[in-house]
Amino acid sequence: MAMTVHVDIVSAEGEIFSGLAEMVYAHGVMGELGIAPRHTPLVTRLKPGEVRVDKGSGEMQHFYVSGGILEVQPHVITILADTAIRARDLDEAAAEEAKRRAEEALAGQHADFEYAKAQAELAEAVAQLRAIERLRKAKKN
Amino acid sequence: MAGGKEIRTKIASIKNTQKITSAMQLVAAAKMRKAQDRMSATRPYADKMRQVIGHLHHAHPEYKHSFMKEREVKRIGYIIVSSDRGLCGGLNNNLFRMLAKEIRVYREKGIEVEFCTIGKKALGFFRRFGGNVRAQITQLGDQPHIENLIGTVKAMLDAYESGEIDRIYVVYNKFVNTMTQAPMVEQLVPITSEGEAELKHHWDYIYEPDSKDVLDNLLSRYLESLVYQAVVENGACEQSARMVAMKSATDNAGELINELQLVYNKARQAAITQEISEIVAGAAAV
Repeated sequence: MAMTVHVDIVSAEGEIFSGLAEMVYAHGVMGELGIAPRHTPLVTRLKPGEVRVDKGSGEMQHFYVSGGILEVQPHVITILADTAIRARDLDEAAAEEAKRRAEEALAGQHADFEYAKAQAELAEAVAQLRAIERLRKAKKN
Repeated sequence: MAGGKEIRTKIASIKNTQKITSAMQLVAAAKMRKAQDRMSATRPYADKMRQVIGHLHHAHPEYKHSFMKEREVKRIGYIIVSSDRGLCGGLNNNLFRMLAKEIRVYREKGIEVEFCTIGKKALGFFRRFGGNVRAQITQLGDQPHIENLIGTVKAMLDAYESGEIDRIYVVYNKFVNTMTQAPMVEQLVPITSEGEAELKHHWDYIYEPDSKDVLDNLLSRYLESLVYQAVVENGACEQSARMVAMKSATDNAGELINELQLVYNKARQAAITQEISEIVAGAAAV
């Protein structure tokens, strides 16, 4: 039997693949990689593209990753796949967008957190809930 | 018949409400199951990532990313995860109450706080009470995607790296079981050492392009995935809290209907008795 290596492909939203393979092909930032069992330890960033897992006997599984990180240990290959296209300026734009949303939503608001007011209102809400609970209990008895 | 019609319309209206609440209960139950599945699906990624970070850390103990360095705390950032919708009992209120308590403790020590909100309820809370909100996102829906969170988390991490805030916490509800949700405040950065797995053996990697670049990438993804996990877990909490709240609302509606039905039947009976006695009295008079 040919040598195999355990391969895990996971993304933040779920596991994509887990199993044994004879060879894994991926697009690293420095170029195309083909990883066989007992490969030397390696960590690399991945470019968006296809990841192929050769499960032996001519069975090949294809996955698309939009980037991520590939970690190779002698007997385990882990691919931490991104589900979104990532780039520095894209992330930057997303961060700006999030800040802008916050500013828009809170326009004209004072930046000081009013502790007393918040406390009072929260206490009231909780008291309401408790009162309802008590009423219900009293009713049952 | 005194008030017979009014009671009947009242019963009908409560029955309608009951239909709505029981439908909401069923929907929440179904959504909760899905949210729980999603919760367990996010675990392998964070676990694997923690392992890789642990390896890197072991291989390069001298290189400390700023996310791993403790520093004196002057400003604190909170990422607050809340639901977009209400009707889920005291879920959000309990969370905010705990947060408000924490804020007071820090304020007494003279430490400033900043916020980043996820979900409409948290935003509404700070809109009412003020507070320095750095970034926000709402309307993540039932299936939150990590790409929607990237910007919000990055805004906070950038502030951390530029030294504007010295510590970041995530505030969310932890899913204990269907009946219980526990409000939690967890430290996000600096990354606490308990997250690193003890390793029996370690090795140095070949890095492409270089170790710093890889570690930077890994860490920001790791932190994003932690926040994502919190969002997913809070989602499961929201559904289970709603399920419980709607169940008790449905039960209450049932009780109310029974009581009203009793009153209605009594009134009807009284009316009939009265009518009969009137007729009998009338017949006797003839």
